[in-house]
Amino acid sequence: MKFTLRIWRQKSPKEWGRFVNYKLDDVSPDMSFLEMLDILNEELITKGDDPIAFDHDCREGICGMCGLVINGIAHGPEQTTTCQLHMRSFKHVDTITIEPWRATAFPVIKDLVVDRTSFDRIIQSGGYISVSTGGVPDANTLPIAKDNADMSMDGAACIGCGACVAACPNGSAMLFTAAKVGHLGLLPQGQPERYDRVLYMVHQMDEEGFGGCTNIGECSAVCPKEISMDFIARMNRDLIKANFIKGDIEKK
Amino acid sequence: MSETTTRAEPRTTTEFRNVTLESRAPSGPIEQRWDQHRFNMKLVNPANKRKYTIIVVGSGLAGGSAAATLAELGYNVLCFCYQDSPRRAHSIAAQGGINAAKNYQNDGDSIYRLFYDTVKGGDFRSRESNVYRLSQVSVNIIDQCVAQGVPFARDYGGLLDNRSFGGAQVSRTFYARGQTGQQLLLGAYQALERQIAAGKVKMFTRSEMLDLVIINGRARGIVTRDMVNGKIESHVADAVVLGTGGYGNVFYLSTNAKGCNTTAIWRSHRRGAFFANPCFTQIHPTCIPVTGEHQSKLTLMSESLRNDGRIWVPKQAGDTRPPHQIPENEREYYLEERYPSFGNLVPRDVASRNAKQVCDEGRGVGPSGLGVYLDFADAINRLGANVIRQRYGNLFDMYERITAENPYEVPMRIYPAIHYTMGGLWVDYELQSTIPGLFVIGEANFSDHGANRLGASALMQGLADGYFVLPYTIGNYLAQGGFDKVSTDNPVCREVEAEVADRMTQLLSINGKRTVDSFHRELGKVVWEYCGMSRSADGLKKALQRIPEIRAEFWENVNVPGQNENLNQSLEKAGRVADFMELAELMCTDALHRNESCGGHFREESQTPEGEALRDDANFSYVAAWQFNGVGNKPILNKEQLSFEYVHPTQRSYK
Ligand SMILES: Cc1cc2nc3c(=O)[nH]c(=O)nc-3n(C[C@H](O)[C@H](O)[C@H](O)COP(=O)(O)OP(=O)(O)OC[C@H]3O[C@@H](n4cnc5c(N)ncnc54)[C@H](O)[C@@H]3O)c2cc1C
Ligand code: FES
Repeated sequence: MKFTLRIWRQKSPKEWGRFVNYKLDDVSPDMSFLEMLDILNEELITKGDDPIAFDHDCREGICGMCGLVINGIAHGPEQTTTCQLHMRSFKHVDTITIEPWRATAFPVIKDLVVDRTSFDRIIQSGGYISVSTGGVPDANTLPIAKDNADMSMDGAACIGCGACVAACPNGSAMLFTAAKVGHLGLLPQGQPERYDRVLYMVHQMDEEGFGGCTNIGECSAVCPKEISMDFIARMNRDLIKANFIKGDIEKK
Repeated sequence: MSETTTRAEPRTTTEFRNVTLESRAPSGPIEQRWDQHRFNMKLVNPANKRKYTIIVVGSGLAGGSAAATLAELGYNVLCFCYQDSPRRAHSIAAQGGINAAKNYQNDGDSIYRLFYDTVKGGDFRSRESNVYRLSQVSVNIIDQCVAQGVPFARDYGGLLDNRSFGGAQVSRTFYARGQTGQQLLLGAYQALERQIAAGKVKMFTRSEMLDLVIINGRARGIVTRDMVNGKIESHVADAVVLGTGGYGNVFYLSTNAKGCNTTAIWRSHRRGAFFANPCFTQIHPTCIPVTGEHQSKLTLMSESLRNDGRIWVPKQAGDTRPPHQIPENEREYYLEERYPSFGNLVPRDVASRNAKQVCDEGRGVGPSGLGVYLDFADAINRLGANVIRQRYGNLFDMYERITAENPYEVPMRIYPAIHYTMGGLWVDYELQSTIPGLFVIGEANFSDHGANRLGASALMQGLADGYFVLPYTIGNYLAQGGFDKVSTDNPVCREVEAEVADRMTQLLSINGKRTVDSFHRELGKVVWEYCGMSRSADGLKKALQRIPEIRAEFWENVNVPGQNENLNQSLEKAGRVADFMELAELMCTDALHRNESCGGHFREESQTPEGEALRDDANFSYVAAWQFNGVGNKPILNKEQLSFEYVHPTQRSYK
């Protein structure tokens, strides 16, 4: 297979970036997308050029480290992670445009690498259950209806890759935040902090510069873990209730 | 931190102490040892904990749980990881599950049985006291994780579900879909983020530990490189904990994440920490085969597939017909034939070696000839495609995505791959290495699995170390006091920073012709060929000759582009590969000296008449703890003798 790759190159956060074209012949359809970039980088290094920086680690679709916008779609055409995408998903001779996640809250560090620490700060604001190690009850003292446990797991499956934000025209982190709020809020252990949690997390999300949600649904459409928009609806309900019982967070 | 009482002899950072290996494992009835030991240990007064700072390198199950727990106890923690978030540590990739001796299924499990299975599964090369403690605290882990909100699988009554895993005869494995590692890690990560918010943990992401700082004989800090701006700096503390994971990537192709490395433990080894049983590595039999030179990593398919899939190859070497054209009587279901009582469920090492053997005979399948079939046709006939879809649907989808073949119609192709490293830095019962103040937890230590790890036991060990063992034992060390005040201005910090900076400059200035990856691939092939699934004295000697040659060429001919002062992934890789080059030699040295087969270490010279691994307890019932002696020099062997008071060594048999 032969490709023309239009790749975003940007030396540092402060410099302007631009697209640069590269040609790659002899690509095997069995290669993963990242292996194709590995080959390009090997060529660049051998020619004395600066290789393309991109994030990745597990290459198994679970760590959430990889993430590229491919031909305008976060993680490319297959609704899976970038690392699980293979070249056979493209035409034999093709031009592929590769960009980093683009969002105010995810500044570019270099080339295709962005800074997603805003996600960690959303979790810090309340995305946990306040228990310390030791002194907890036996695990089976608290039965949890299978349906709730399963639904909670659907939210917990989020890998924090940020594709939802990259796909959203508003750069909103609603799906990410809602998945965590839903994961914990659906479990009995998560009840004591349920309403504080949603207030703090949504507040932090706004502080980080993520946009608002206008129910477009692009987030769920690219999510490699297929997290449903229902989590957003559920979070909105919790938020209304929380505002009602807890009052505006700014006053707290 | 507290006032100095006695001052240890000052020493430079590259000098070695004379160490006698003292495991500090307690004696007495095994079920009371940990309790007794906890009672005997000194405590740090709650009000004094905040006067101590602890460095934790790694945020996986081991490091993440330790950092959070230490902070909850009141210590100040500095935590480091190389990814952009602590949530991405490689523990996240574990699929199968985590063991615990809860006996929720009432099927006869107990702490003693888990202990027994682990000592036996490890082929009698682990420390009984440690393994018993591990089994004891396993039950607390599940309680802790549930309280944190880990959504384990449940049955219709709402109670926790279990499955049997890796050939165990009881159902003691807890799981969360195929994402157990991720869910456990998110539990630890959330506990960690809570402590970051509370100001008790300072988190350093995209930050790589490149060396250890030893002051007056004690581990007092680390030197890191900020991977975004290249800044090389020291961090100091009262103790250092390494939870930096395994070194499987020495083979280049493995199921580990691409960034997994040996640098933190290797650099500590060079500074005096002994490296135990480096040749004990585990190979997983069910991975997707390699498709070509471009391959960057291997993907594991869950072991549970062997419950219903049948493994076979053609009887005839060189048979290239597609599988459906090979009639039943021309197939060999070699595991079922050779091991009638365990069949396709023999342990990982046995399944892997047999796959290699049939491929070596020219009967392997697929384009590379390095693969065997894992066939679900019979199971689909018997149970229907729907049942199979329910059991393995996500795995089948993953397989199809990677290979473009539909396993409902065509048998899967699988081949063994490196998956886990039982070896690691030597630690005593308190998880302290041979350097005072340096603790090692999780896969990074040589730990509790002996020569072979049982499925679903690594997650258990990482969390046991981090939540329930290290937080106590480190207190015993800190309570001994005698800490000098140190700051990052200390001359030793400056010296180590300069060494690290020189190394970076050196790597960047070689300007050779070959990429880092090409060296890594070449090294990996040698280690896989001679120190992989089966090992012989001849092969290992070849490897020991070849590895230093590759290393020498690396330092003359590698091409690392760019500068130190910004994000430079080639430079990161170069540093890691340079350390793998040294580690590989130690692995082969260890494998050559251990002239017996045990667990994952199969020496061709030491097998039973039927070709099974043959242990030599009279000569090798010890932990080999190697002391660094300069690059290219033969390391010094120290032995910790093992004794078995409870589980008596027997030859494993799966016939
Ligand atoms: C594909 C796969 C599936 C598995 N499935 C199972 C299973 O089902 N059950 C089971 O029990 N076990 C399983 N295992 C094994 C288990 O996942 C690991 O052994 C375990 O998670 C290791 O945890 P850890 O905390 O020791 O290390 P890791 O999770 O690897 O964490 C290492 C940490 O150290 C950091 N680090 C490393 N080097 C440096 C450095 N130089 N500087 C700074 N930071 C550094 C990393 O950033 C990371 O945070 C599996 C392993 C693999 C590869
Ligand atoms: S590299 Fe881990 S999800 Fe893609």
